[in-house]
Amino acid sequence: MKQLLILSGKGGTGKTTIASAFIKLADAKAYADCDVDAPNLHLITGWSVEPEKTDYYGLPKAEINQELCTQCNQCRQNCRFDAISIDEKYKVDPFACEGCGVCEYVCPVEAITMKPAVAGELMLYSDEEKVFSTAQLKMGSGTSGMLVTEVKKQMKAVAVDAELAIIDGSPGIGCPVIASLSGVDMVLIVAEPSISGISDMERIINTAAKFGTKTAVCINKYDTNIENTEKIEEFCKKQGLPFIGRIPFDSNAVKAINNGQTIVDIDCTSGVAVKEVYHNTMNLLFEKGGG
Amino acid sequence: MRIAVLSGKGGTGKTLVSVNLAAAAKASTYIDCDVEEPNGHLFFKPEGVQVEEISVKIPKVDHELCNGCRKCVEFCSFNALAYIKNKLIVFDDVCHSCGGCILVCPESALTEKAKVIGKIKKGVSGEVAVWTGVLNTGEATGIPIIKKLLNADNPQGDQLIFIDCPPGSACIVMESIKDADYCVLVAEPTLFAVHNLRMVYELVKLFNKPFGVVLNKCLDEENPAEKFCFENNIMILCRIPFDNELGTLNSNAEIAVNKDKKYRDMFSSLLKTVLREVQHETTTNP
Repeated sequence: MKQLLILSGKGGTGKTTIASAFIKLADAKAYADCDVDAPNLHLITGWSVEPEKTDYYGLPKAEINQELCTQCNQCRQNCRFDAISIDEKYKVDPFACEGCGVCEYVCPVEAITMKPAVAGELMLYSDEEKVFSTAQLKMGSGTSGMLVTEVKKQMKAVAVDAELAIIDGSPGIGCPVIASLSGVDMVLIVAEPSISGISDMERIINTAAKFGTKTAVCINKYDTNIENTEKIEEFCKKQGLPFIGRIPFDSNAVKAINNGQTIVDIDCTSGVAVKEVYHNTMNLLFEKGGG
Repeated sequence: MRIAVLSGKGGTGKTLVSVNLAAAAKASTYIDCDVEEPNGHLFFKPEGVQVEEISVKIPKVDHELCNGCRKCVEFCSFNALAYIKNKLIVFDDVCHSCGGCILVCPESALTEKAKVIGKIKKGVSGEVAVWTGVLNTGEATGIPIIKKLLNADNPQGDQLIFIDCPPGSACIVMESIKDADYCVLVAEPTLFAVHNLRMVYELVKLFNKPFGVVLNKCLDEENPAEKFCFENNIMILCRIPFDNELGTLNSNAEIAVNKDKKYRDMFSSLLKTVLREVQHETTTNP
């Protein structure tokens, strides 16, 4: 299975819009949404069946048995995450607790236990032909990288024969992005021609480079700032990164998305442009000796 | 007074709103908590920038003292330690700096050393103090940087602070809004944005934060984000029209407020609305 991951660094450049178009064009048998913090791909992939849902347990959370607690303050002193406070009683802030277990270890009277905690929900859509893996992290939760790994694992376990998997990533460069990068064959960066977008693109390219992943760049809404578009193309040339296409700003794209459609479902300029980006991506992904 | 700007979905205009609010307020502090992709400094181009490195503590092994008992390996919830080929190995990148391994080691073979994960840059742009957190590429979490940004020697009293948050609704956003007095949620008129607006809406409600919504990139057509606000009885603070001129200024990292009176008026009016709301909240829910 060749895995293509779509990333951007900056949010809102069009990752999901392009991922959904690619899924349609490839008639993809396997795809996943690794933006577990703000997943959207399920909104336009047209599944009418209910997904199979599984609770995702992150790390456990500490709980203090008030009857046993002697208020010795050891737990509070040793907690590096400021998760324990005193308000008459000793209390654990479940949002701050990272589940390390230090408090349980230092408690001299065994008043603290680590309790399993649901940190999100995995969802798996599947039929005879294809599989779509996604998840939703619980609000304020921390272990998004681990959940991303589960999303990919769930997809691969079902879609064993698929030749291609398309993975929609999350913005940023932190733990969910790093988790999504592991094991993929190629990263497509969707850049936006703004000064902010260029700065973010450079940071995500550096991050992907640390993992040695093959990377190509395309620009969305390229005509909103031609000067910056040229800067990005120039940057790619200098870095030796394949630049594989420009997609124009297209108000029809918003209309399609708001109707739950992809940009290749309707006749529009962004849809035409994304086809070329798709073909160039596939050529790179499946090129001999590559990946 | 701390005003946090957040959105759930990326690219809806958090930086546009927070940068221009700070510029409209003049004497204020702008804090960029989007440490993975900080952009506010590109707009402000601050001067006199002072850089402070931010580090976390990670374990350091004294191989002479380590007897291979593996107690630390068993304890570590994050799988940051492994004993391979008679040697204890630390995986820096997944270590959460809980200090547990140091506590459990019976041989005192583990100590802590500092590992730099990023930096904080503080500079000035006109009357605005510009603070930026930057996570180094390849690092997993910027939370220690955000904690430092929001806790250390902050401006006191009635000084206005605008916090530009990261996208999403995970731990990193929660950390950014924890001490905020008011939250501004920015949404664009797409189905995706509404889905993510719902998440941050639930987040600010969960933390009992007063909040309002800025509708950005508004077109003449039906606005699903506006509809969501009506349905949930959410205060709409301002509607920013879809505007090529504003888009171009923003994509060139120009501060719209400083370029054109009409934008100065728009963001000054938004600022007034936000301040009125905060005032209202502090008098009704002190």
